[in-house]
Amino acid sequence: MSEETGAPGAGEAERAADAPGPDETESTRLSVKAAGAFPGATVLGGLLPGGDVPRERPRQALDRGSLDDFYARADHVLIADMVESGARVLDVGCGDGSLLALLARRRGVDGRGIELSRQNVGECLAKGLAVIQGDADTDLADYPDDAFDYVILSQTIQATRRPRWVLEHMLRIGRRAIVTFPNFGHWRVRIELGLKGRMPVTDNLPYSWYDTPNIHFCTIRDFVSLCREVGAGMERAVALDASGQPVRVNLPWWAWNLLGDQGVFLLRRGG
Amino acid sequence: MLSARRITEEARIQADEPASPVMRFGADAPLAMDAGVALAPWQIAYQTYGSLNAERSNAVLICHALTGDQHVANVHPVTGKPGWWETLIGPGKPIDTDRFFVICANVLGGCMGTTGPASTNPETGQAYGLDFPLVTIGDMVRAQAMLVDRLGIESLFAVVGGSMGGMQVLQWAATYPERVFAALPIATGARHSAQNIAFHEVGRQAVMADPDWRGGRYLDHGVRPHKGLAVARMGAHVTYLSESALHRKFGRRLQDRAAPTFSFDADFQIESYLRHQGISFVERFDANSYLYVTRAMDYFDLAAEHGGALAGAFRGARTRFCVISFTSDWLFPTSDSRAIVHALNAAAAPVSFVEIESDKGHDAFLLEEPGLFGTIRGFVEAAARARGIA
Repeated sequence: MSEETGAPGAGEAERAADAPGPDETESTRLSVKAAGAFPGATVLGGLLPGGDVPRERPRQALDRGSLDDFYARADHVLIADMVESGARVLDVGCGDGSLLALLARRRGVDGRGIELSRQNVGECLAKGLAVIQGDADTDLADYPDDAFDYVILSQTIQATRRPRWVLEHMLRIGRRAIVTFPNFGHWRVRIELGLKGRMPVTDNLPYSWYDTPNIHFCTIRDFVSLCREVGAGMERAVALDASGQPVRVNLPWWAWNLLGDQGVFLLRRGG
Repeated sequence: MLSARRITEEARIQADEPASPVMRFGADAPLAMDAGVALAPWQIAYQTYGSLNAERSNAVLICHALTGDQHVANVHPVTGKPGWWETLIGPGKPIDTDRFFVICANVLGGCMGTTGPASTNPETGQAYGLDFPLVTIGDMVRAQAMLVDRLGIESLFAVVGGSMGGMQVLQWAATYPERVFAALPIATGARHSAQNIAFHEVGRQAVMADPDWRGGRYLDHGVRPHKGLAVARMGAHVTYLSESALHRKFGRRLQDRAAPTFSFDADFQIESYLRHQGISFVERFDANSYLYVTRAMDYFDLAAEHGGALAGAFRGARTRFCVISFTSDWLFPTSDSRAIVHALNAAAAPVSFVEIESDKGHDAFLLEEPGLFGTIRGFVEAAARARGIA
């Protein structure tokens, strides 16, 4: 169909020939990496070869809202506790929009998202979320200063090409930044690397080294020093254990770095 | 199958007495045009589908592209072809006429019943021709707004359009932000690029170089600049496709022959195809309308109306936007859509953006490309929930 109302154009033949196919699955850095990032999975599952531990909790909730909340990821719930009600929030690498939806329900935020996968963006749109198909590594530069109260980077920083650049822009765009990431200093990872001499493949890090979207792993200590380098102040820092629960006891950084499966940081501009 | 001559005659009738409903505006309701003219009397031809709900909250305005018209989801009265977006609009379709009241109007300057250069000038009894004032996208939208007023609709649920239709969507959102709940600008830009103006100029020069154009007064002489307009259409048509789509569809294949004829016959399938495109277009479209509507696109620069900053056009906008582009569209490339998204972000407007994978070029917006209709359906459904439309 050409750009007109009638003539038999190329498109008209196409229309007949190309039945709407299933949306192609896009392998994307910002979405794929979240697949294994469910902290509720069993601690040792990923260490055992072939251990078939379910990686995801049930996703289809019967009733939106309360059941969605019940099944919400632990790190998402923690983030929701950090965000003030009615805030303006940008979720960078927002996946299927479940965190934004949770924040809208629980905190009444005015939420926006950036997501690399078109399919995920489509799911977000169907949830009524305002999400842009884009790449955190480039598109953050397009946002004006102080556009948001919070900019969130959940389980995504390790998949960016320029983590420092991304963090700096987050702190420019938002008054506060929330970053969560898998801790490469966790004891399980250290066992894999230190004792077995292999790149770790665990529940939280399910990819082989050659096809992982996660190209910039860091430990909790590494991230703390990056925060210092970019002059970010730490308002809250939480280590989640492998079951997704905060490591409650007050421990020195090195211990958190060993026990924390994930790091969750609430940052503000200026140390 | 209507003969070409019959189609041309039918098209001529449509300019003044269209097959669709017409809203007529007299001397008491002139249209204030950007050219500085108060146009009166004038008329706007439109189609509607579905029904307006009691709250008058479910109206969707579809804006057509350069050579489209109001017959978006019904059989075309001149060509007998299906509506140009009937895959998207209809009962149970992504823009569901069982739920929404869909309106589509022929643009100002068009030739399917809205006042334009092919319409009869009441002062002379002849077609306006070049006496018709130059038209802008803003004029088109102002005319549509007056139609929507007459239909008793204060606020539109959605304004949807691709290409030049997308320009109208942006203009609507900028001019009447409180009247647009949701906006879907597809395969479009906030301004016409130099390259696009260049292509349009080539097309216009082809029309004007045809001796039968007669300085724009061809209808008085009972002739039409068919050759010039067909060439314009052929050139423009190439810009709606993509290299890979052309290669896939035609390659270097020959048309009904085993070997080249060593002549300027349409040896190649692509030549034959383009000639057909040109010929079938001129049967139904007025050459002067083509000049006017291409010019309207050239003049479009939404940022210029707001001190050069596009974000200024959307300041304080509460309209929810869904911007869509296509990977192989080189007429309105993704960068044009991203510029719109960038401005909407700067204006803190709720905006979503999707780039659809397609090798079908600019025309992809008219096709049922994987991902396109699902995206539109998801966005429209969520917006309808937010507006409380059953």
